[in-house]
Amino acid sequence: MPASAELEAPPSGAMVPAPYLVRRRRRETSDTWTLTLEPLSGEGIAPAPGQFTMLYVFGVGEVPISVSGTDGGRLVHTVRAVGAVSAAICAAKPGAVLGVRGPFGTVWPLREAAGRDVVVVAGGVGLAPLRTAVRALEREHDDYGSVTLLYGGRTPGDLLFRGELEQWRRRGRLAVEVTVDAARPDWKGRVGVVPKLIEGARFDPASAVALVCGPEIMMTFSVTALLDRGLAPERIHLSMERNMRCAVGHCGHCQLGPTLVCRDGPVYSYERLAELMEVREL
Amino acid sequence: MTTVAELLTDAPFFAGLHPETIELIAGCASNVQYEPGALVFREGEPADAFYLLRHGTVSVEAYSATGGPLVIETLEAGDVLGWSWLFTPHRWHFDAHALTAVRATAFDGICLRGKCDADPALGYELVSRFAQTLIERLQWTRLRLLDVYGHAGQR
Repeated sequence: MPASAELEAPPSGAMVPAPYLVRRRRRETSDTWTLTLEPLSGEGIAPAPGQFTMLYVFGVGEVPISVSGTDGGRLVHTVRAVGAVSAAICAAKPGAVLGVRGPFGTVWPLREAAGRDVVVVAGGVGLAPLRTAVRALEREHDDYGSVTLLYGGRTPGDLLFRGELEQWRRRGRLAVEVTVDAARPDWKGRVGVVPKLIEGARFDPASAVALVCGPEIMMTFSVTALLDRGLAPERIHLSMERNMRCAVGHCGHCQLGPTLVCRDGPVYSYERLAELMEVREL
Repeated sequence: MTTVAELLTDAPFFAGLHPETIELIAGCASNVQYEPGALVFREGEPADAFYLLRHGTVSVEAYSATGGPLVIETLEAGDVLGWSWLFTPHRWHFDAHALTAVRATAFDGICLRGKCDADPALGYELVSRFAQTLIERLQWTRLRLLDVYGHAGQR
């Protein structure tokens, strides 16, 4: 935490939701939707890969949602309906207005990864917070060594961005390996857990950078597999999820040991997280 | 032409084995191929072999009369397929199909069990290595049992 963190003013747009129009709504899976939002006025915001916003459904509530894409001033969010607020976001049709605060949080260390191999490990909806990073890695692939995306889901029907996964694979600028926990025989891909893919992935452990996002247990297994391959803890980066409410480090709901996930995360290096992840109560 | 013994020497599953032990195991091995969709083994049938996959993908499947086949796991080059040959009742618990063209080294389980009975040190080596594979698969299975992609307590 920077010594002056308490003195820094919240970023512009941090406290008052700006109205955004739902422009597009696309179903990803049975319970997950991707919404494209456009500011009602002004140029909008430009979140960096890894950041999140607070999405407000007026009269229902507000939740933190990672940014899964940007399109000019438009914001793209991929949301899984798991509660009242997220279900209301998923139900917002084109023409509806949502409130947006942010962007907030730390970013994926793409600059630090320049010149190195990058291995991206995603599980379930954890691909959403990584999508902007993967897009940047693909777009600027000359700036990196090999880039590998390892993605796991529950079933083939639960995988996000299947069309884009296929495009990434077809263009060949990054290696894309997908696995699911269970499948019918018409699925011709892998069946197994995503950490197992790490064993066979091609990257130079001595210098590679890993970006990991998914359910915490999946991240724990993935980190173990990455450490087993020889990656240093400081080059493993994880996106953490906690009960973020204010998003500006005031309310304390998202406290993770000495850190606040909304302010000091969501992206942390494992070097910083290792001890905290071993504490059950955190 | 690469001999079976040389193939085994390069396989991580057999890493560190003495060349004489490799030769002993290779004496029970032969190279096999499967076309995409071919049955490698079927649930309930005698388990008299195991396979070291060298190329391609194999699916391990459970079958239910009401739900049809369900793929439990896919295995790839470098993976070992089948451990029922080593443990009673020596019958397959699942089906296995080649998803792609598969090249593998097949090991005659009856031949190997005979050598293990005659040479407990060889038996210990093989059981240790299969136990390691079993533990890894068990850990991954436990991870899947947790259904980590299910709904968490989110808002």
